[in-house]
Amino acid sequence: MSDATLATPRRPPLALRYPSVLVFLTLLALFTLGVTILSEAFGIGLISTSFVKTLGKTLCLCLVALAMDLVWGYCGILSLGHMAFFGIGGYAIGMWLMYERTRLIVVDSLAAAPLPATPQEISDGVAAQIFGVVGASELPPIWAFAHSLPIQLAFVVLVPGLLALVFGWLAFRSRVTGVYLSILTQAMTLALSLHLFQNDSGLRGNNGLSGLQNLPGLDAVPQSTVSMWFFWGSAAALAAAYILCAWIVSGKFGSVIRAIRDDEARVRFLGYPVETFKLFIFTLTAVLAGIAGALYYPQAGIVNPAEIAPIASIYLAVWVAIGGRGRLYGAVIGAAFVSLLSTWFTGGQAPDIDLGFYTIQWVDWWIVLLGLSFVAVTLFAPKGIGGLVDIFFIDRRSPDRHGADLGPDAGALREQEAEK
Amino acid sequence: MSTLLEVSGVSVSFDGFKAINNLSFQIAERELRAVIGPNGAGKTTFMDIITGKTRPDEGRVIYGDKGASLLKLSESRIAQAGIGRKFQRPTVFEDQSVRDNLMIALKKKRGPFAVLAFRPSAEDHARVREIAGEIGLNTALARKAGELSHGQKQWLEIGMLLVQEPKLLLVDEPAAGMTPAERQQTTDILREAARTRAVVVVEHDMEFVRRLDCKVTVLHEGSVLAEGSLDHVTQNEKVIEVYLGR
Amino acid sequence: MTAAIRLFLTALFCLATLPGLTQDADAPIQRLLQEHREVISESSRRTIGPAIDALAASGLPEVRDVLNRWQAKEMWLNQGSGLFVFAEEIDRDTIRIFDVADGSEIGTVADNGYEQLKPNSGIRGLIGAALVQFQLSDPDPVNRARGLDAIERDPEASHLEALRRSLDGEADQTILARKMRLERLLTIRFGQTDAERIAAIESFDGDLGVDVRAALNPLVATRLDAAEALPDAPDIARVLKPGDDDLPRDLAYAHLVEVGLAKPKIDRAAKRAALVANIDAGAVAGVQVASLDDEAARDMAYAALADQGVVEPVATEAETNAALATHVFFERFVGAPPAVALAAQDVLSGIEAKVGLNQALDLGLDAISLGSIYFLAAIGLAITFGVMGVINMAHGEFIMMGAYTGFLVQQIVPDYTLSILLALPLAFAVTFTAGVAMERLVIRHLYHRPLETLLATFGISIALQQIAKNIFGTQARPLTSPAWLDGSLVINDIVSISYIRIAIFVLALLFLALFLLVMNRTRLGLEVRAVTQNPRMAASMGINPDKINMLTFGFGSGIAGIAGVAIGLYAKVTSEMGADYIVQSFMTVVVGGVGNIWGTLLGATLVGTLQKGIEWLNPSNTLAAQTYMILFIILFIQFRPRGIIALKGRAAEA
Repeated sequence: MSDATLATPRRPPLALRYPSVLVFLTLLALFTLGVTILSEAFGIGLISTSFVKTLGKTLCLCLVALAMDLVWGYCGILSLGHMAFFGIGGYAIGMWLMYERTRLIVVDSLAAAPLPATPQEISDGVAAQIFGVVGASELPPIWAFAHSLPIQLAFVVLVPGLLALVFGWLAFRSRVTGVYLSILTQAMTLALSLHLFQNDSGLRGNNGLSGLQNLPGLDAVPQSTVSMWFFWGSAAALAAAYILCAWIVSGKFGSVIRAIRDDEARVRFLGYPVETFKLFIFTLTAVLAGIAGALYYPQAGIVNPAEIAPIASIYLAVWVAIGGRGRLYGAVIGAAFVSLLSTWFTGGQAPDIDLGFYTIQWVDWWIVLLGLSFVAVTLFAPKGIGGLVDIFFIDRRSPDRHGADLGPDAGALREQEAEK
Repeated sequence: MSTLLEVSGVSVSFDGFKAINNLSFQIAERELRAVIGPNGAGKTTFMDIITGKTRPDEGRVIYGDKGASLLKLSESRIAQAGIGRKFQRPTVFEDQSVRDNLMIALKKKRGPFAVLAFRPSAEDHARVREIAGEIGLNTALARKAGELSHGQKQWLEIGMLLVQEPKLLLVDEPAAGMTPAERQQTTDILREAARTRAVVVVEHDMEFVRRLDCKVTVLHEGSVLAEGSLDHVTQNEKVIEVYLGR
Repeated sequence: MTAAIRLFLTALFCLATLPGLTQDADAPIQRLLQEHREVISESSRRTIGPAIDALAASGLPEVRDVLNRWQAKEMWLNQGSGLFVFAEEIDRDTIRIFDVADGSEIGTVADNGYEQLKPNSGIRGLIGAALVQFQLSDPDPVNRARGLDAIERDPEASHLEALRRSLDGEADQTILARKMRLERLLTIRFGQTDAERIAAIESFDGDLGVDVRAALNPLVATRLDAAEALPDAPDIARVLKPGDDDLPRDLAYAHLVEVGLAKPKIDRAAKRAALVANIDAGAVAGVQVASLDDEAARDMAYAALADQGVVEPVATEAETNAALATHVFFERFVGAPPAVALAAQDVLSGIEAKVGLNQALDLGLDAISLGSIYFLAAIGLAITFGVMGVINMAHGEFIMMGAYTGFLVQQIVPDYTLSILLALPLAFAVTFTAGVAMERLVIRHLYHRPLETLLATFGISIALQQIAKNIFGTQARPLTSPAWLDGSLVINDIVSISYIRIAIFVLALLFLALFLLVMNRTRLGLEVRAVTQNPRMAASMGINPDKINMLTFGFGSGIAGIAGVAIGLYAKVTSEMGADYIVQSFMTVVVGGVGNIWGTLLGATLVGTLQKGIEWLNPSNTLAAQTYMILFIILFIQFRPRGIIALKGRAAEA
């Protein structure tokens, strides 16, 4: 064929090898700039603070969807636990936010007392404030480091990472794959949410952590400004994660994990420690999910166990599937599209449809629509919305002879999964 | 020539059915060997045992100069120790280019961090091109493996084994579904490979085995029925009975 | 003349006290009352006994009425004639009086000249006891049983005697047995002598009745006590060491303080209050207020105050330790004399052991019935997942559909037995249809793509759940079981199992039999096995794999529907009920070993036993039980990834 295939290919920079990275980063930068200009705090005030928060939260969801795409779309592990890692990240940062803010309030109120407060009194006061709602008055041991922002920030990364490491090690070691692994991760998620639902979990049971939108010591800063900070933070995290993920999947590592997705046993016979690779990706994406959660929940203001329930992780899979697996921008598109649409429908803004004999109220019927359209996407458009990109920009170097039957949709692994 | 792999007294059973029954087998460091046998003789299970996919109930599998046992090692460890395997059906990574397929197989460090840091050097590319030339795919490096013909996929898989630089190559029915010309080329590739390493070919097709022109081991009901040149074994009464008698 | 005068006088007297004259003064009951008029009108707890006894012993039929009225303060004494009457107050000054002999109305009179008998509570108790005896000897066994019920509810010392007396002449064997048991129980509580009580206690050795434990437990009650040396007293139940689980150090010290053996300690709040009260010019006892920001500084300031005599000195840590070290802590029996208490303790510990055994049995029954529920929920999955390899995440919603079908049938057919019998096949039909539709429309296109199937059926699952929510609302709907399934099979006071659970267990066994029958004995089963093992070969032998897959999936879904009716009877019908079972159902199938119905059975038993076992260890927290159960299963799968009954070799891969 051409000489180009014979000559040693020079390695162009990442952005050129993956033009989508450049396009994505440009679009994200423009979007961030646009929101900043339109915001109340730093611009002309066209969009409300609450909408800025919605957009910031959406960016965090895009980030966790990116992690999901890496672990599922590229490595073939349909994890139904990543929203649990997301929630853990939220809890880790939420503990500091809640503790520190309560502490400032308690110190403030004790300052008026005739005697200066002792550390014990402050900690008792904080405990009473935080745990009065579940009928406890002592800080559980799990809060031992809640006073320290650096430690809790480390927990955002460490706790999901360690949990994923231990769980993944156990699961991959015993060669649990495919749907079994999905069910197992779902069970893990269920166990975690059930644990958090208990009042004696030390994390306020089903009340969860609240008031997270207020930054301790920064009461003077209006929410419109804080929301923009978090928006920028979320955008920066998304951009960094996108570059990281693109770097990972672009090289030989990406080649290996896609090979694992398509035929795990074959990769093993090539000498690769498949379990270690899976564990690496599973843990890395859990950490990304934790970071996304730590950025999300201060914008949401409240984190509770319902957010960790298995259904949340299923929705995450839905977003990625609708957006398009096995391509990073697909995950981002899916998360942004579905979550914003969901906000629109459940927010009551969508017009009801009067059928004469019955009025479809979207608040009630949106979930049904989502579920059915998900089935439709799985059946008819396995490449998701991202597949549209192929239609407009056909990759001429490698005509897609096998159509939808290639890659994550039907790897060689399918037989082993189906036959076990 | 010293022995590379020694399998002795290995048995394995599945739910009471003895798939391998007290099997012993040896192969030298540079040798081409054909293993034949009727369906259910235990050929694939034999390969599974060597590559670590199946653990035998009893017996020993000794490999290499140091006489290390393979029984405790994982599949990937065994592969790293220099045992490559080609499956019955071509299993290449269809979603990836021929170059990527070969690059994955290229003999390099296999740990995740080493892989993350890996950047192919000029020699690596040269090696990939060289092997691609050997398997007749040098013009198809950028194509997706899924687009190749069946025979090309078989060769690609053999090529992947070759860049892995194994000391022992296990090949399961390499000629299945190939045209006569492709078969001839496959024979050449295997004979060439056996100059520098041990190659075990599991095959049904007697004609193909004859072309390989090597020592033959006949398996039946999980144990070795006969061993020797093809002419020698085909005159063996028991072999004739097993192949033709029933 | 004399006779005439007497007659006249009598007539005159009669006129003056007209009602009194119409009363039968010679009625036996009136006479009896007259005999004891003194004590009765005196109404003293001390002296009344013989009067009540005499009444009770008289055997007169009217006695019961008299006692009742007397107790209700409805008996009056005619101060003129000295005769007793029953009376009702009409207003402040008027009463309507009745004859004590036959209750007939005598007339309405002014109440002066009549004195109301007002028995105090002590006397009313005695009367009550006498009445009890009447009830216990009542000719109607129903009344006797009711009398026993009353005593069981609220036993009193006086009942014992009455009960004993009523033992003779009790004809009804059942009631006699109850009486004798009650007599022993009352003896335990109210017996006169220790020997008698101990004998009664020992007679209950190994008895599992709740009433026995209720009677024995107060006897072994103890009170914490402390002394410098252990007294040589028989009533010491046990010696405790401060810091043990049963006696935390704080509690031990608090007891010393309470009985005056040690100086009080002070809690932080009180110390703080004392310091605040003694702030003087920005300092407390010379210590600057600003420096009082930790507990050690406050302790020092408080000690300084105590030195000045401003506040009471408090015990330091060293003094606390010393006080605890120099005292012995022990528990005294306070519920009964030591001998009785010890006997009770012996018998109780024997009973506890037996109770433990029976609780284990009860737990086992609970576990089996929970296991059968999981089995019911999982058996459909065992077919679709285990046999066909199809993941159906909407399986839980099929269970829900079955339950709602049952609910709807009950809305139309009011007879519960009939409606359940109708609901079972109807639920099967509904979910069979839904399953076939789902197989045709979705799953067919996703064979060999299990992850896709999982996701698509998730989509269906959330859609179905929300549709159910939109139609039926979020509140739980009842599915009422027929009356003959109410109640439980009681084996003793500890072991019992409700009929509905037995029914579910039986249903689970039926399904197991049905499954085995269909798979091993019918053409359909043969074809299903052929198709799952080698679809191409099966197709070439004239089996239509499409049709077989459709029917198998429908069959699995239909069973889910029937399971839904059963689970709906046991739990409530909500749109989320399916989701509650889906994870456990998958666990059951996976733990048991996919593709093997016996594995599913074992898995269900294991999961049920585990959950009940963990609940038993931590009864207050079913959430924790579920959490730990799931964790256990995750670990279990580590060691047996293919479940309890694992297929090996080619069979596992084929």
